[in-house]
Formats: sequence, structure tokens, C-alpha cells
Amino acid sequence: MIEVQNLTKRYGTFTAVNDVSFRAEKGEILGFLGPNGAGKTTTMRVLTGYMPPTGGTAVVAGYDVLDHPIEAKRRTGYLPETPPLYPDMTIADYLTFCSKIKGVPRSERASRVATVMERTRIADMSRRYCGKLSKGYRQRVGLAQALLHNPEVLILDEPTAGLDPKQIIETRQLIKELGGDHTVILSTHILPEVSQTCHRVVIINKGHVVAVDSPDNLTARLGRSASIYLQVDTMGADAGATLASVAGVSTVTATDGDGPVRAFEVHAEAGQDVRRALAAAVVNKGWGLLELRATRVSLEDVFLHLTMEDPTHQPPAEHVAAASPEVSHG
Amino acid sequence: MGNIVTIAQKELRSYFASPAAYVLIGFFAIIYGYFFGTFLYVFNQQSQQFAAVGAGQVPINVNQSLIQPLFMNVSVILLLALPLITMRTYAEEKRSGTMELLLTAPLTDIQIVVGKFLGAMGLIAVMLLVTVPHIGMLFWLGDPEWKPIATTYLGFFLMSGCFVAVGLFISSLTSNQVIAGFVTFAVFLMLWIISWPGSFMGPNGQALFEYLSLPGHFEDFARGVIDTKHLVYFLSVIAFGLFLTVRSVDSERWRG
Repeated sequence: MIEVQNLTKRYGTFTAVNDVSFRAEKGEILGFLGPNGAGKTTTMRVLTGYMPPTGGTAVVAGYDVLDHPIEAKRRTGYLPETPPLYPDMTIADYLTFCSKIKGVPRSERASRVATVMERTRIADMSRRYCGKLSKGYRQRVGLAQALLHNPEVLILDEPTAGLDPKQIIETRQLIKELGGDHTVILSTHILPEVSQTCHRVVIINKGHVVAVDSPDNLTARLGRSASIYLQVDTMGADAGATLASVAGVSTVTATDGDGPVRAFEVHAEAGQDVRRALAAAVVNKGWGLLELRATRVSLEDVFLHLTMEDPTHQPPAEHVAAASPEVSHG
Repeated sequence: MGNIVTIAQKELRSYFASPAAYVLIGFFAIIYGYFFGTFLYVFNQQSQQFAAVGAGQVPINVNQSLIQPLFMNVSVILLLALPLITMRTYAEEKRSGTMELLLTAPLTDIQIVVGKFLGAMGLIAVMLLVTVPHIGMLFWLGDPEWKPIATTYLGFFLMSGCFVAVGLFISSLTSNQVIAGFVTFAVFLMLWIISWPGSFMGPNGQALFEYLSLPGHFEDFARGVIDTKHLVYFLSVIAFGLFLTVRSVDSERWRG
């Protein structure tokens, strides 16, 4: 449905997107994750035909965005970072105008406008002027505009930015519903959003693709090297050496506490679950085991881990390969 | 074609959605009314003198002595008013981000540019409607010829088209309305006064500069003459301005 190959975009000497390749299948929700300035918006602008790529190709709904821009645009709905509203139009007028320029047939315009207003919950505001709307409503009108011509591909640049928590949940729900019929690409720098709504994630940093995988696989990749947090009442003894001698433990770091109660961060060797052995070791010594828990690895850690690495040291292809499910399970 | 009309309607509506169009037309009406009153008074004086002196002089008529100088002067208002109309066309869309909506919709650049051009021309047409009652009054009081009046309106409209096309191009170059407005005004003024150096420029220079000068081409229309030379000049300036606008929008995409 969407196929991006070796996409590169330069602004003068600055390379915003460098040799990015990924694809999204029909009905898939693909998350585009990266820090600010990673190249998310630029990639999306190329996909929507707003700007041409410097190199590489982007095919949307079967049409190359450079060779057949009108056909590709007919099948793409786009919500830019700032919703493109005309302040002096009412919501209803604005959506009618958009339906005309997006080629919605005259007979279907009124019903399409009504449908998208219903879906984005703005129907009661249809007579309001776009210039007087709150950020949350502006965002929803922008989304309504993207849905108007019932496009095969939806490209949403930070669809939940500026919304309140209730609206965020509603919008995510709407995006999930859209997933089945439409191919959705959404960009965000909010991690929970990706794990909650997306089937697959493209992590992008400094213009390079760092990883492409499902949110679960990405979490699992770092999960095996997860650490265990221990709080022990050692009654003055040195517990560090004892913990380190437990089979399967690779490193022990004392994190805090200088009285009898000490806290440790224990790293296990790959694939080992050392929690039982640790508990037994502590109890055998007669110490008090106050707390023992596996530190949760969030997508956040994966993200930080991947984006902290300097991608220029390795060609991006290797990053993608390293992130593929086969390798991570092997 | 449908897309062009949609864009033109949207443009025209946006002029009338803000006070801008009403203020512009209102003050145009005041200035035009003042011109009309003054020229009518002068014309009245002249015709009384003519009646007193009697035969032997060139007879004066309403077309030549009233309508033609009136519109030559009214065209100066264009010089000041049109930059204010065109400066926002692209600059505003770029600033508010709606350019992204237009450029990602299934529209061609030409449709957008021509739509915007026609929208601005629509506003000018409404502005020109203000002048119709006064001219109509002359038909009631006197006996002017309608054909030179028709060519005057045609020439006036074509000259406005040139201004709008050039103004669109300048607006497409910047997202700053003040820059767009002032540069447009400066370019218009240059096109207005470019023939002033006259014979200083040598015979070839003089011919060239006079050809480039906008009011020189309008003069014949105001006299009731439709000369293909002037028609070609106006239409090619319009086409060239629109072409440059399309290229400028396209080149901005590439530069990002």
C-alpha cells in the first residue's frame, strides 16, 4: 500500500531524511517514532506529495508520488502538524470546500461531510468559525478533512498533539477503527501511543531508520537484558559479593542506602531468570528481603537505547537487520 | 475547470469574509466619487465656455473630455489598492499552513494559481461595479457613446489583470505580507513611471521603455481603440506573471 525505497531529502546541504526504506501493508497502522527533527514530518511531506524527494522513490496506493502525483493524492488523506484551517470559514464550509478540491462527487458531498463530522465528534460545532476553535477542535477538524474523500492511505502527523487526555483516548480509538479499512501512518514522539495503536513501528533518528518492528518485539529485544531491583536488610553485612556469586548473575550494582537497608540492581546473563536464586540466597543468609522486582523495560528504553547510538557509525541497513524479528528471537 | 472555480470562489469569499474587501471598495468609492465630481465640474466649465465662444473650436464630447481622463486617473487607485489585494494571496496561505492543504490535494499548481487569479479579478469586478451608476447617470443626462466606455472597462480590467498576475508572483515568493505588499507596490510604480526618462534613453531605449509602461497601453483603450498590440501586451504580461507564479510555487517545493 505504501512503499518507500531509499528515500532521501536534502534541504541545501542539510540531509533531513537519509536513505529511508519501509513499507506498510493494507489495513496496517504504522507508527513513525522519533525525536523532534528526526525527519518524520519531512518523510510524510514527501509521501503526501507536498515536496518531491531528492532521491529514492515513494509509492502510495500503487502510484509513485513523483510520477503520478494527482492519482496518489486522490488516495491519500493528510493531517499536517498544524491543521490547515481557514480561520474565516465555518467548519461546515471548510469541509465542503475540502470535499470539492479532493474530488468528492457533488452528490456525495453533503453526506461525506456529515459522516466525517460525526466520526470526529464535531457535528455540534459545524457553524463555528475555524479561527475561533480550541487546539483540540482544530486538530479534529484537521482529521475530519483528511478522512473526507475516504482515502486508502491516511498520513497523520502527530494526530494527538494538543489534545486533552479524554480526546487523546477518543482519537486513538478512532485511528484503531480506521486501521482495518485504511492504511495509516502516524508520527508521534509519545511512546505509549505507539504501543497502544500501532501494529508496527518505524523508529527514525537523524534521518535514518533505526529499527522497524512490532512494539512487542522491540520491547522483547531489550527485555532479556532487563535488570532486577532488590532491596535487602543486610543487618550490616556486605550483600554485594553474595548476590554476585549467584549462578547466572553477571553484574551487581549497589544503588543506594548506607544503613542496614541496601538496594541493588542486578543484571542477569542473557536468557536467565535469576529471581528465585536471588531470593533463596538472601533468605539463606538470614537477611530480610524487602523488595524484589524485575525492572520494567518500556518502549521508552528501547527508544532511548536505539536513538542514543550514533547511527552514522553503522550503515542503516544493519540497524534494520538487527531489528528484524528473526534476529531478535534467535 | 471545476477546481479552478472552487479555488476562485474560496478566494473571493475570503476577501468578503473579512472587512478588507468592504473597506477597500468603500474607500475606492469615495476617491472615485471625488474624481468623478471634479471632472464633471471641469467638463461643465469647458462646455459652457465652448457654448459661449461658439464654432471654430474642436467640439468636445463626454467620452473624450470626461470619461477618458476620469479612468486614466482612477487607474492610479489601482496602483495603490491592488498590492493590498494580492499581497495576502500566497503569503497568508504559507503563514497559516493552508498551503499544505492545497498542495496535497489532487489539484495542479496551474489550477491553484489561475483560481487565485480569477478570485482577485472577481473582487476587482465588484469594485468596478461602483463606477457603473455614475457612468449610467451620464447616459441619463447626456449622450455619451457606449463603445469607448466598453473598451475603457475592458482595458481597465486587463490592466488590473497584469497587476494581479505580477502581484501573485511576488506574493508567492514570501510568507511576509508586508514585504509582498510593498515590493508589489514598488514594481507597479516602476511599470507606471518607466517611460518617464523618455528621450534621455535614446530612440531605442525610449521605444522599449514606452512599450513596457502600463498606462501607455491603457490609453488607447480609454480612447475607444482596441489595438492588438496592447491586447497582446496585456495578455502576455498576465500569462507571464501566472507562469512565474506556477514556477515559483513549484521551485519552493523542491527547496523545501
